[in-house]
Amino acid sequence: MAGIMKVKAKAKGEVTNVKLMAKHIMESGQRKDKKTGELIPAMFLQEISVQHGGKTVFTANLGTAVSKNPYLAFSFAGGAKGEELTLNWVENTGKTGSETAAIK
Amino acid sequence: GMLPMQGFAAKKQPAELYEVPNFGNVRLLHITDCHAQLLPIYFREPNVNLGIGSALGKAPHLVGDKLLNHFGIQANSLEAHAFTCLNYQSAAGKYGKVGGFAHIKTLVNRLRQSYGQANTLLLDGGDTWQGSGTSYKTRGMDMVEATNDLGVDIMTGHWEFTYHQEEILKNIKAFNGEFLAQNVFITEDALFEGADEYIHDEDSGRVFKPYTIKEMGGARVAVIGQCFPRTKIANPARFIPDWTFDIYDENMQELVDEIRATENVGAVVVLSHNGMDVDLEMARRVSGIDVILGGHTHDGMPVPSIVKNNGGKTLVCNVGSNGKFVGVMDLDVRGGKVQDFRYRLLPVFSELLPADPQMATLIDNIRAPHMDWLSEELAVADELMFRRGNFNGTFDQVICDALCNVNDAQISLSPGFRWGTTVLKGQMVTMEHVLDQTCLTYPETYVREMKGEELKLILEDVADNLFNPDPYLQSGGDMVRVGGFDYVCDPNRPIGQRVSEMTLDNGTKIEASKTYKVSGWATVGSRSEGDDIWDVVATHLRDRKVASIDKLNTPKLKNVAGNPGIVDYS
Amino acid sequence: LAMAAWNQDAFGSDNQANAMKALLGAEPTASADVTLKAPSIAENGAVVPVTVKTTAANVESISLFVEGNPTPLVAEFSVPAGTKAEVSTRIRMGKTSNITAVVKADGQLLSASQETKVTIGGCGG
Ligand SMILES: [Mn+2]
Ligand SMILES: [Mn+2]
Repeated sequence: MAGIMKVKAKAKGEVTNVKLMAKHIMESGQRKDKKTGELIPAMFLQEISVQHGGKTVFTANLGTAVSKNPYLAFSFAGGAKGEELTLNWVENTGKTGSETAAIK
Repeated sequence: GMLPMQGFAAKKQPAELYEVPNFGNVRLLHITDCHAQLLPIYFREPNVNLGIGSALGKAPHLVGDKLLNHFGIQANSLEAHAFTCLNYQSAAGKYGKVGGFAHIKTLVNRLRQSYGQANTLLLDGGDTWQGSGTSYKTRGMDMVEATNDLGVDIMTGHWEFTYHQEEILKNIKAFNGEFLAQNVFITEDALFEGADEYIHDEDSGRVFKPYTIKEMGGARVAVIGQCFPRTKIANPARFIPDWTFDIYDENMQELVDEIRATENVGAVVVLSHNGMDVDLEMARRVSGIDVILGGHTHDGMPVPSIVKNNGGKTLVCNVGSNGKFVGVMDLDVRGGKVQDFRYRLLPVFSELLPADPQMATLIDNIRAPHMDWLSEELAVADELMFRRGNFNGTFDQVICDALCNVNDAQISLSPGFRWGTTVLKGQMVTMEHVLDQTCLTYPETYVREMKGEELKLILEDVADNLFNPDPYLQSGGDMVRVGGFDYVCDPNRPIGQRVSEMTLDNGTKIEASKTYKVSGWATVGSRSEGDDIWDVVATHLRDRKVASIDKLNTPKLKNVAGNPGIVDYS
Repeated sequence: LAMAAWNQDAFGSDNQANAMKALLGAEPTASADVTLKAPSIAENGAVVPVTVKTTAANVESISLFVEGNPTPLVAEFSVPAGTKAEVSTRIRMGKTSNITAVVKADGQLLSASQETKVTIGGCGG
């Protein structure tokens, strides 16, 4: 299955800068269906975590006010070109995913 | 339809007007907000330009005789006519039209030659590619050609961003000068879609080059570009989905510090389209800028405002609009700093400056394919037709009346743009004049039902963009123009409390929960379905045969007694 | 350092003070050590870029609140040792409101707030 994570991770000196975007609608549960007038059930990413070399370097707990296609940028000490990041995500529906991205 | 000339050019030749003594070693020539006016036009300065909060009574919020007194300009003089709305009809008859690229070019060439071409720079603050029928038809390329012929060295932008992204990039490529903007960034979405291939710098995310260094008169001068920060709010975001704007004064400070530390410059200049109130605030907050050459708010200020800050002082200049003025800033840059300056804001009276033949030919060629459209005679003006001012001008009222009549609506709304030329009483209103007032890339009109509370919300929101005491929360336009109703406005109140007593022309109060039929144009959200506004206005004028108004829907104002930003307002 | 599980009480609360208490145990104190960067006027209320950074030491978490939203808590980020105490994201705002960033560091709760205006748009010069 194709992943939802787009990642730009760059090692620069002692630090790796990570920008990631998760392709996701982030349905808030507060919008009404234009045709039926009924509330569209919430469906949003609730947690995104990033691991490098077996260590968690970043975790985000997200609410429904995070914009569609959640964007996160952070940096951590360590990481080198060619090494791998693992990205795990959890949707409020219980759906989960795990993807990898290379540091450039 | 032309008025007879009063023989001003023949009788009175104030040669000294354009004799600018040379001073220092760096000459910056500044134009801005020409709004694609290639030919000479009339342009009446505002009679209402209220300063609220700390802006009260300070430049640029001075009009009429208050402005003359503040700057010590003699009443009934050529300068008084250039800088104010006083006796506009008769003074315009006497002094003639202003601007026109062929006349601007003659003046610019004189100012460059007398100073030494190599020590001068011509800077254009933007709003150059929009505002005329020909810029609309050529998607701004006519103005790229005209600014190339004029020899513009550096520009920044605002209405330039109302074309599509790829058109803007193409126009910038065809522009011979440099397009600078420190405050336009690529969106995160676009970056992940491969936009990094064309942007100036991927690490910073800047779409355009932020600054340039010019060597002049033995000094190194940095020029930083600052685009209009509210472009995606005031204009359709849909044309430029991949770019994002803001004031970003922390970035400006970082950039100024970096340039001062690494580029060995003697002067730092910002070519800005912030609007003058934002420029003044930025000059207070950011230190290390010597001169801000600003635009957007169309304020023609005869002398610079001097702002003190942590780094010393910053000069803030603003040079009006529609090709009416050329600013001349001469700097003495020695020993790594600006020692002194001389400033003149020259009105471009086209009867006093012969047309440059090469530019005149270029303009003819640009206009030739569109002359049938532009030259249609619609109606004779029965009174002075103007726009500029915080509230409805007479030409705005014609637009609002046209929307109500042609689109069969109770109420009309028209944006408070600051561009749009003036037509004298007795002059024939042509399609070109209508286009001067309406020509933008999202001209479609709409008719829709609106509740009274929604109408009030719109008025309050726009009033806050104009009268919020914090300049960083303003957007630089004037109040939305209205047709079919009046209201009371207290500019000194906070958002939600400025607008009251909304009353239809028939005397009935507008009620929050009642529904009204409203027509308008220039929607920034999504595209509207109706006819283009210029066709609606043309239909109205053809029917009416006379360009006149029955009633000006200007609000009754509260708490503005003694404000020197208002004259002749009833 | 393990990340706390998604806090239902905090994310579900319609009141900022209650959400802060549910997430962090107390309300924070404004501090110059926290920098919140957000636009003074949002280009699009659905996508408001926000960056938080701090000079405080031993940062554990950074959380974001929008007072005027139906549920004020927007997100909670953990900052493990070795990760820089600076994070950027994009948030939704229904109307003009204060944005508050709270940094949990050395057991203290430090905050910075800024108002971001959400407008229906204007005209222009
Ligand atoms: Mn502008
Ligand atoms: Mn303009």
